[in-house]
Amino acid sequence: MSLKYSSVTKKIVMSLAGLFLTSFLVVHLLINLLILFDPTRELFNEAAHFMATNPLIQTFQYVLFFGFILHIIFGLVLQIQNWMARPVRYEKKGSSEQSYFSKFMIHTGAIVFIFLIIHFANFFVKAKFGHVEALTYPSGATYEDLGMLVVNLFQDGAYVIFYVVAILLLGFHLDHGFQSAFQSLGLNHSRYTPFIKLFGTLFSVAITLGFISIPLVIYFS
Amino acid sequence: MDLTLKIWRQASAEGKGKFVNYQVQNISADASFLEMLDILNERLVVEGEDPVAFDHDCREGICGACSIYINGRPHGPDRGITTCQMHMRNFKDGETIVIEPWRAKPFPVIKDLMVDRSAFDAIIQAGGYVSVSTGGVPDANAIPIPKRKADEAMDAAACIGCGACVAACKNASAMLFVSAKVSQFALLPQGRLEARERVQKMVAKMDELGFGNCTNTYACEAECPKEISVSHIARMNREFLGAKLLSEK
Repeated sequence: MSLKYSSVTKKIVMSLAGLFLTSFLVVHLLINLLILFDPTRELFNEAAHFMATNPLIQTFQYVLFFGFILHIIFGLVLQIQNWMARPVRYEKKGSSEQSYFSKFMIHTGAIVFIFLIIHFANFFVKAKFGHVEALTYPSGATYEDLGMLVVNLFQDGAYVIFYVVAILLLGFHLDHGFQSAFQSLGLNHSRYTPFIKLFGTLFSVAITLGFISIPLVIYFS
Repeated sequence: MDLTLKIWRQASAEGKGKFVNYQVQNISADASFLEMLDILNERLVVEGEDPVAFDHDCREGICGACSIYINGRPHGPDRGITTCQMHMRNFKDGETIVIEPWRAKPFPVIKDLMVDRSAFDAIIQAGGYVSVSTGGVPDANAIPIPKRKADEAMDAAACIGCGACVAACKNASAMLFVSAKVSQFALLPQGRLEARERVQKMVAKMDELGFGNCTNTYACEAECPKEISVSHIARMNREFLGAKLLSEK
């Protein structure tokens, strides 16, 4: 289906979908961090409840799925075309790339995708279709205790390692992807591009450290 | 210096190639890379062997004919120069040098280190020109052009079409070449008239020929003998997006 689009169009779709998914990561991280700042998990559970019931967010959920699907399908098509463009490999591999992680976008992307499926089964499916114990707080509010799901999962050392590795790879993916998205959209300027690159790297580090801190804090406390 | 050369030998476009090792002795550090290959070839001719075929023309770094992938880098281990301008002082005595042709589906090997780069001509034919109107010669200064724009267009026009960008790119993408050609016209008033059509036709031809997609790895910029900036790729993306959204038909 996406074969008929030009290479430049496909890259523009990739960058828009990628930036959209990145904005989702920020929201997701901010909500996750609530669990560290509230031992009763009320803040986190309240936020999760809001996300699961707010009609606007529920609508956006479908936009988000669509973004994921576009990013994955176009990414695969682009990668297959790229492999096909050089049927005979070099004997001596080139090493002149200036954005190192660009070489591994398909690999980091694939592992993040596997992580996503497991993550989905662990949280989204359970929250939406399974039964999660409800908790009534002193304030009188009752929320499903999704925070407990998180805390329980992060007691498992193997899962924590898997989670940390997947998020690290996501960070590498973001580091290239962020500045690359601007370039694909034609936004390159001698004054702003160095800032975009630096911001992208700092942003990727912040997102990575933010997500990684949660399982580590829970596991070691 | 004495060197071992591991060279790709392929008798014809259809032939199955392989690497062959050659020893060369007493090579001057001041010899150019092509002169070193000339010395090898003279010996091969005397010995009754087939000399190594490689493209070369001006040997002044301006024609874009020479095109050899040396030790994992197009035009070898030096920045901003073509193979013919690269000298043997970049290598150490006793070193083994791996010498390969450009590798890309749209650049089939003709013989040994020579590849067919007419795919680039096809992209130019698709729109890399300004349609010529006949008539008297216009005054050179009749159309004012800001100096900065003229300089940037000239930087893009410095592309010699050697194909090092395609050779260096992990995806064999021709984006740097095509974007330089799009930019040199898009920046000037004479080129603006056909800019929207041009960018769409050239991108379509590039895709049709089987070049890869750009992943913004920027190896092309690092290896370009004319040091053409990837900012031209961004300009082309911009031009393309604008043309798609604003084209009249």
